[in-house]
Amino acid sequence: MLDASEGYVTEDGRQIGGVVMEMKNITLRFGGVVAIKDISFDIREGEIRAIIGPNGAGKSSMLNVISGFYVPQEGEVFFHGKKRPQMRPYEVAQQGIARTFQNIALFEGMSVLDNVMTGRLNHMKTGLFSQALWKGKAEREETENREIVERVIDFLEIQHIRKTPVSRLPYGLKKRVELARALAAEPKLLLLDEPMAGMNVEEKEDMSRFILDVNDEFGTTIALIEHDMGVVMDLSDRVVVMDYGKKIGDGTPDEVRTNQDVIDAYLGVSHD
Amino acid sequence: MPESLLYGTEVVLNGLMAGVLYALVALGFVLIYKASGIFNYAQGVMALFAAMTLYGIMVGQVPFAHLINAIFGTHIHNFGWEVPAIIAIVLTVVVMVLFAWLVQQYIFRHLVGQEPIILFMATIGLAYFLEGVADLMWGSEIKALDVGLPQGGSLWIEENTQWLGMGNENFYGFFLDQLDLIATVIAAVLVIALVAFSQYTKQGRAMRAVADDHQAALSVGINLNFIWVLVWSVAGFVALVAGIVWGSKSGVQFSLSLIALKALPVLMLGGFTSIPGAIVGGLIIGVGEKLFEFSIGPLVGGATENWFAYVLALLFLVFRPQGLFGDKIIERV
Repeated sequence: MLDASEGYVTEDGRQIGGVVMEMKNITLRFGGVVAIKDISFDIREGEIRAIIGPNGAGKSSMLNVISGFYVPQEGEVFFHGKKRPQMRPYEVAQQGIARTFQNIALFEGMSVLDNVMTGRLNHMKTGLFSQALWKGKAEREETENREIVERVIDFLEIQHIRKTPVSRLPYGLKKRVELARALAAEPKLLLLDEPMAGMNVEEKEDMSRFILDVNDEFGTTIALIEHDMGVVMDLSDRVVVMDYGKKIGDGTPDEVRTNQDVIDAYLGVSHD
Repeated sequence: MPESLLYGTEVVLNGLMAGVLYALVALGFVLIYKASGIFNYAQGVMALFAAMTLYGIMVGQVPFAHLINAIFGTHIHNFGWEVPAIIAIVLTVVVMVLFAWLVQQYIFRHLVGQEPIILFMATIGLAYFLEGVADLMWGSEIKALDVGLPQGGSLWIEENTQWLGMGNENFYGFFLDQLDLIATVIAAVLVIALVAFSQYTKQGRAMRAVADDHQAALSVGINLNFIWVLVWSVAGFVALVAGIVWGSKSGVQFSLSLIALKALPVLMLGGFTSIPGAIVGGLIIGVGEKLFEFSIGPLVGGATENWFAYVLALLFLVFRPQGLFGDKIIERV
C-alpha cells in the first residue's frame, strides 16, 4: 500500500511527492439528483491520477468541482494543505490549476498562437497603463511569455499551425491546442477532461505520449478523466473509480483491475 | 474638371466624414455586443448622458439641483465655478466608469446566460431610465457644448482647392466643415487606439477571449465581471467622444440619443461583431446617403437621407445577413 505522508516511488521509478490536492467527503447535488456522493481522494505531486467510470458516473462533475465550475454542497477541498474557500473558476485558475474541456473550449476566432498566449494571462503582471504605453518592462514580459509559449508549441509539435485560426483545425489538433494553452499557464495541477474522447487510435497514441512527456519533462501533476480503460491503465499511476456518484475503487491500475466492484461496474452487473 | 465631378467629390468627402461619425457610434455597439452578446439599445442615451454630464461639470451645474431645491426649498443651481474642458472630460470619464460598474453590478451580472431578447429588453429599460436620470440630474434644456473644437468651414481648404475648378467661376473650392475634419481625426485615433488595446495589452487579450468563449476564458483565469465592467467603460468612453462631437455640432439635446438609430444600418452592413466592419459600414452609409441625395434626391423631392441607410441595410439583410465582415453563419447539417 501507499505511504500516506511522504509519497511513493512508481513502477517505472519516478518519485511521487506529497499531497497537492485533497478532496474530503465531497457531495454534489443537482436538485434531487446526487451527482457525487461523499467522495474523498488525493492527488500527489508529480503523479498522473485518473478518474474513471462508466458514463454518468460523475467523473466530469468531480473535475468541475476541482476547477471551481461546480460548488459542492458538502465536503472540503484542500490545495497545498490549505483549505480552499469557495472560489470562482477564474480564481481557481489563478491559483495554478489549468484544465481542458471534454467538448473543447478554445477561442475559435483566434490563431493557435493567440490561444496559447491566453494561457499566460495570469503571469502578466504589468498594469494597464504601463502596458498601454508599451514601456520596456511590458516588452520584456511579453518576450518572456512568448518564449514559454513557443517552447510549449514546439513541445506539442504544433509549430506548423501556429498562425492558423483554430476554427479551421481538425478535432484532434484542437485537443492538442487546448492542452498547449493549459500547459502554457505552467500549472501546478493540470486537469484533463477526456483528453482522448472522439479520437482515432493513432491520435490517442499521440495524446498519450504527450501526456506522459508533459509529466516527465515538466514534472506536471496531472489529473485526467477517461472512460477508455486500456488507455488509462497504461498512463496513470493511481486510479479512482466512480460509479453512480460513488467511489468504488482507488489504487494503482493493477489493484483497481482486480477489484470486484470495478469489474462489476464495467461489465454491468445489476445494482440491487 | 467638370462641375458635376467637383461637386460629386465634395459630396463624397462630406459623406466620408459623416460616415466616420456613424462608425464612431456603431463602435460602441460592437464593443459590448462582441464581449457579452448584449445589443445595447442604451448606447445613444449613454452618449447623451455623457455629453450632458460633461456640460454640467464644465459650467459648474449642481447635479440634481431641481430635486434638491424641491425637497429642501433651497435655490441652488450653480457652484459658481467653471471647470476647464480637459479636466471636465477626465471627470466625465470617471462618471462613465462608475456608470459601467453600476450597470454590471446591478443589472447584467444577474442576467448572465439569459436569452438575448431579455438582455435587449434590459438595455431598453436602462436607456429610458438613464434618460430620466440625465434630465433629473442636469435639466432637459438644450445646452450649447463648447469644448474648444473649431467650427465652421475651413477657409484654408477652400482657398487651396480653388484651382481644381480651373477657371470655373462657380467653383470656390471644397467646403469642408472644420468640426467634421477634427471629428474624423479623433475617430481615427480612437479606432487605432482601440485596436492596439485589444491586440497588444493583457486586458485587451482577455477582452477578446471573453468575446470568443466564456467558459474557456474562465478556465485561463479571466475575471468575466471585471472584463464586462471594462467593456462597458470603454463603450462609455466611446459614447462620450460621440457625445462631444455631436453635441458640439448640434447642441446637447434629446435628439442626440437618436444617433444610435443611425448606427443600426451601419451595424447591419458591417456586421455586429466586427470593428473594421463598423468603420467600413459607417463610411459606406455616409458616402452612400450623401451621393444618393445628391444624384437621385432632386428627382424624388429630396429628404432621402432619412431612409436611404435603412433601405441599404434591408438589402444587406436579405442578401448577406452577416454583414460585410461579420462572423460567417454556417449551418452544419
